[in-house]
Amino acid sequence: MTANDVVITGIGLVSCLGEGTDTHWSVLSSGNAKAVFDGERFAPYTVHPLPQLDWSQQIPKRGDQRQMETWQRLGTYTAGLALADAGIKDDEALCASMDMIVAAGGGERDTSVDEAILDASLTRNDRDLLVNEKLTTELRPTLFLAQLSNLLAGNISIVHKVTGSSRTFMGEEGAGVAAIETAAARIRSGQSSHLLVGGAFQTEHPDMLLGYELGGYLHRKRWKSVWQRGANDGGGVITGSGGAFLVLESRDHAEKRGRTAYARIDAVASGRARRQDTDFAAAVSGLLRSLPDVDGTELVISGASGAHAATGAERLALREQGSHAVRAFSTLTGHMKEAQFPFAVALAALALTNDAAYPPFDPENETPASRSPERVVATAIGYNRFEGAASLSKA
Amino acid sequence: MKTTDHLGRPIVAVTGIGVVTSLGQGVTDNWTALTSGRSGIHPIARFPIDHLATTICGTVDYLDSSSKGASALTLELADLAADEAIGASGISRSAFDGPLFLASPPVELGWQDRLSLYASDDEEQGYQRLLKVARERLTARVFEDAQFATIADRLADKYGTRGMPITLSTACASGATAIQLGVEAIRRGECERALAIGADGSATAEALIRFSLLSALSTANDDPTKASKPFSKDRDGFVLAEGGAALVLESLESAKARGATVLGVLRGCGEKADDFHRTRSKPDGSPAIGAIRAALDDAGLGQDGISYVNAHGTSTPENDKMEHLSLSTVFGDHLKRMPVSSNKSMIGHTLSAAGAVEAVFSLMTMREGVLPPTINYDNPDPAIDLDVVPNVKRDADVKTVLSNSFGFGGQNTCLVMAREPF
Repeated sequence: MTANDVVITGIGLVSCLGEGTDTHWSVLSSGNAKAVFDGERFAPYTVHPLPQLDWSQQIPKRGDQRQMETWQRLGTYTAGLALADAGIKDDEALCASMDMIVAAGGGERDTSVDEAILDASLTRNDRDLLVNEKLTTELRPTLFLAQLSNLLAGNISIVHKVTGSSRTFMGEEGAGVAAIETAAARIRSGQSSHLLVGGAFQTEHPDMLLGYELGGYLHRKRWKSVWQRGANDGGGVITGSGGAFLVLESRDHAEKRGRTAYARIDAVASGRARRQDTDFAAAVSGLLRSLPDVDGTELVISGASGAHAATGAERLALREQGSHAVRAFSTLTGHMKEAQFPFAVALAALALTNDAAYPPFDPENETPASRSPERVVATAIGYNRFEGAASLSKA
Repeated sequence: MKTTDHLGRPIVAVTGIGVVTSLGQGVTDNWTALTSGRSGIHPIARFPIDHLATTICGTVDYLDSSSKGASALTLELADLAADEAIGASGISRSAFDGPLFLASPPVELGWQDRLSLYASDDEEQGYQRLLKVARERLTARVFEDAQFATIADRLADKYGTRGMPITLSTACASGATAIQLGVEAIRRGECERALAIGADGSATAEALIRFSLLSALSTANDDPTKASKPFSKDRDGFVLAEGGAALVLESLESAKARGATVLGVLRGCGEKADDFHRTRSKPDGSPAIGAIRAALDDAGLGQDGISYVNAHGTSTPENDKMEHLSLSTVFGDHLKRMPVSSNKSMIGHTLSAAGAVEAVFSLMTMREGVLPPTINYDNPDPAIDLDVVPNVKRDADVKTVLSNSFGFGGQNTCLVMAREPF
């Protein structure tokens, strides 16, 4: 135990299961958590939709809400939950000196403008002109800002006054892994005392689904758990809207302001396996082995996406590591891309603070835990590239 | 020789630089053009200009990927800059063995691809059809182009960088943030060296239109080379441009141990986010002021510690005014003795690459003892009292440079570079 231990003192969560740590813990620990999903709206794809949220709870100004589309609102909202949970939200000085790393994709494109161009392209040969003509007349200026990756962080600064620093990492799951890895390294080294880190993903937009499906990654048949999606049913990924933000602090900083931590992040590992050329499962196994006492860690919060190769490699690697109680939360929430790893780390922290493992989310494929966790591993093996894992223990 | 700084951290040296802009490829060509006061701004040739308010740009049109979309061009710009920088550093081009930090634009699926996907089927409408095509056909190339991690992954493959690369965006401050992340990693002792790259080849029609809708771009289309006029009274916006730059960052200890040439030192980094508005700065300039002060503190320098400022200097009415306010607030009377020039007067605003491109030019400024000018300074703004090195380069003994980068979303990042380690 040292002054610069990285502890989690605030968690904000939103998924189809609801919002907040209490809701997520009570649903996920109940033993009869049911996935909330919609198989109709984007058929043949299934999505886990956002729950009902009252944006004004975390984004009081209407003007601010109007400047964002759902993705940025969702991230700003979830960040607000984490700040409130950490008791930092209305502390101007703490927010002004707080660092921030956001894992971001892009915001929503204007579907109607895009479709108008696509439609008109069928009857015109001057496609470049068409693009100019439509975009100059039909794009809304605010939408550009709503699309910009770094404007989620920008909106968090504006709405919640987090202004110590602001960095946005991009690149699917890896962005979330790098965000937490960098955040933890900064705190451990004394470069930062308190930091907001996380991400959000809004899947209920056709362009967001297209981003996966161009690579053939989406599951196209009826809903199944992460572990049960067949190769004949598409690419294996079912997506979900949601977000996860964490407040990380040095132990010293948290103790001085009298905060109890959820958990401690002992190590974060990241990797870039050359999946085509090497034994992918062995690479995942190597990543896990770089964490402290993986063999002795029973509970694994898996961010497995359902993508066949990545999910298979993770499953194999975990089996080789010994007997784990693996909990693939995407079964219930869907895959949240940049937010996937922060979400996994948050669920790991909740188990530690509640002194209990989650019951299986898919009883046919996940074994019950034999004891309450002292240490938990969280993973996010990217559906297409990059791998991450973290080891957390009691604060 | 001392290899730690005033706070006992490893001193971070620069041992390799590379750059590509509309002025040309490579440090030598760029430096020659820049110190000759040449502009790289030209009429847009890449796509039709019908309906556009701005018809000029600083795009890089001479590369193989120049017409192949934002993702391909951004990769080529990053690749060329990295190749030059690593080559200059003397480190293996295939086993760099340090982390990679890439500042690049958020690259979406381009219209060329969107429309050709659409044309490849005739059932369903709109996005339904795009999804159907994605489901039924092989679209792997298009998929990779629209994944944000692809470019960094490919660079990591080629140069043998260590671990999972980080791709980042802090808008127009991105290039500086990439450098800052590298500096921090070396200071934490995680690595002996890091590769920081800023690259941006995203000047598509859609990008141009989006910036136009925010009234950010110059519309001085008649004489492109005159359009970017930072600190001038009649400045009317920035000129959208492309470029790439790479820096090999290395602990001074490691650089010395292998006998590498030290091109300069990354002495301090500072940042401060703005909570005022999505595109405008807080009127009192306090975030930019905070970022500059943080960089000075980090560098262990006072108000009198900077020889020259490589300005963000975008040529927008708002930025240049705010940048002057923040500089004069931080430096007071010292500012009278500090030349401040804007590379963007010649290369335009290279967006995600700008912080890295301008860091490379800052290092050259110190090494060569020559201040690149602010060109098109024919109509000074009387409210901005700065020595902008008007129109013509100037010899100067430059020991330290402050390079500013400010961006949409309240991003403010400042770098302090020094010629010598002490």
